[in-house]
Amino acid sequence: MTDLTIEVAERAPRRATARIWRGAVLPVVLLAAWAIVPHLLSVRHPLIVPLDEVLASPFIDESGREIWASLAQTLLRFFGGFALGAVAGLALGVLVGASGLADRLVSPSFNAVRQIALFAWIPLLTAWFGNGEGSKLAFIALSAFFPVALNTHDGLRTIGRGYVEVAAVLKLPLRRRILKLLLPGALPSIFIGLQIGLITAWLGTVGGEYMIGVGRGLGIFIAEARGQFRMDLVLLGVILLALIGFVVNAGFRRLFEPLLRWQGVKP
Amino acid sequence: MNVRLLAAPRASLGVRAGYQQILRLRPPAALLSLALPVLVLAVWQVVASRALLPVQILPPPALVLNTLVELTTSGEIFTNLQISLWRIALGIAIGCSLGLGLGTIMGLSRTADDYVSPLFRALAQVPSLGWVPILILIFGLDETVKYLIIAKACFVPTTITMAEGIRNIPRSYKEVAVVLGLSRRAAIRKLIVPAALPTIFGGLRLAFSHAWIALIVVEMLAAQEGVGYMMVWGRTLFQTDIVIAGMIVIGVIGLAMDAGLRRLERRLRRWAVPS
Repeated sequence: MTDLTIEVAERAPRRATARIWRGAVLPVVLLAAWAIVPHLLSVRHPLIVPLDEVLASPFIDESGREIWASLAQTLLRFFGGFALGAVAGLALGVLVGASGLADRLVSPSFNAVRQIALFAWIPLLTAWFGNGEGSKLAFIALSAFFPVALNTHDGLRTIGRGYVEVAAVLKLPLRRRILKLLLPGALPSIFIGLQIGLITAWLGTVGGEYMIGVGRGLGIFIAEARGQFRMDLVLLGVILLALIGFVVNAGFRRLFEPLLRWQGVKP
Repeated sequence: MNVRLLAAPRASLGVRAGYQQILRLRPPAALLSLALPVLVLAVWQVVASRALLPVQILPPPALVLNTLVELTTSGEIFTNLQISLWRIALGIAIGCSLGLGLGTIMGLSRTADDYVSPLFRALAQVPSLGWVPILILIFGLDETVKYLIIAKACFVPTTITMAEGIRNIPRSYKEVAVVLGLSRRAAIRKLIVPAALPTIFGGLRLAFSHAWIALIVVEMLAAQEGVGYMMVWGRTLFQTDIVIAGMIVIGVIGLAMDAGLRRLERRLRRWAVPS
């Protein structure tokens, strides 16, 4: 081994640690400023809340403690709505992906309806299902439905033509064709669809709650805090909104990436 | 020797050919694609004409069409659209130019990328929806809120794709530029820009669609005019026909915008990587 390779091998981790240090500079400076500067102001401005008060609010503040119950409700709603939408999306995606007739029959309409910006559904859904749980669940399901259906369909469509022809030549029965050819071939794309569906369903959950109101939930918590001019609680809610979105996404990846590695495909 | 010939081959050629085949609908396929909408309309008409559901829940198709025509001829849709389009244009101009700038810096300099990227990624985690209540508390229902939300919605995808587009230019391109003795300007014009363009344009298309969605959200939450507000207003009046008319307008504009950008992208791609 030459000196050069050793040097390169040593330099790589050093570069990685340098990256971490450099990346930490801005966030640390900003967080420190957020924690210190508001305390130095002689007059308290209601919109400028120090970091420590935001972080303490879910434990000390009376309205802040509401966040726990709201969060539990929101997560329940999120998983329920996502499950509904994902199952419907998978079903439609498999149907139009496996059958050319269904594809030609449904896909144009599906693509046309998909063009409607998601949140534009909310007024119609509340007219149909009222302001209660029904329209929120329907909206969450809808936000998961589109990406899951789309990517399932895409995954099935892009399976190599060679494989499809082999299956036709071997006259594989439909059930085996689906289990042995279509599903494994489409799996990476289906996972991407589920991943996008999770993100949009999470946004749909909080957005739907925020827009529709009524009941408990993270979105409603944020909307009420805004109504009471409580910047600390708004910030708390928004931080949680972003944090949970991140955790859901990372958790899904950690759970399902090994499955894809077994497939021999990188997502 | 044509430098452009050295460009990477299009990996997705097979997929795209298949896609185009599907797009070129043959007559029976076109008829089939109309079958479902016709069926839905028929059921809708039957349900509405037999008054199985109250008008507030399902107005008859004719009423929706009527409302659509009325809103168009009275100019109400256009006044709202004008406001919406001005908001989205200004927001996109701010967000995309900032994004292209930051993306260029992050793509060209590793050091800058090391410093900025973690903060950028953390802030990008906060969806537009989360910024709305914060900005409303600061600015009220001011127009600034709308511009900022739309700008943020396009800033994130533009920055990411711009940085990636520059970073992913194959090293061989730069070597080719050196071997051919191209001047810096010629290298940028003939190699760097065409190579990065497809990625960047993909990012811009994403930015436009994000901006459109953000516009609807912010108009539904924090506006007193605009297409998004028109629907909320229809809902509060229990005029579901206005709501559905609004959805149709939003869908058609979204479709037109996406189709236009797709076409532009295809043309640009052909210029960037001629086969």
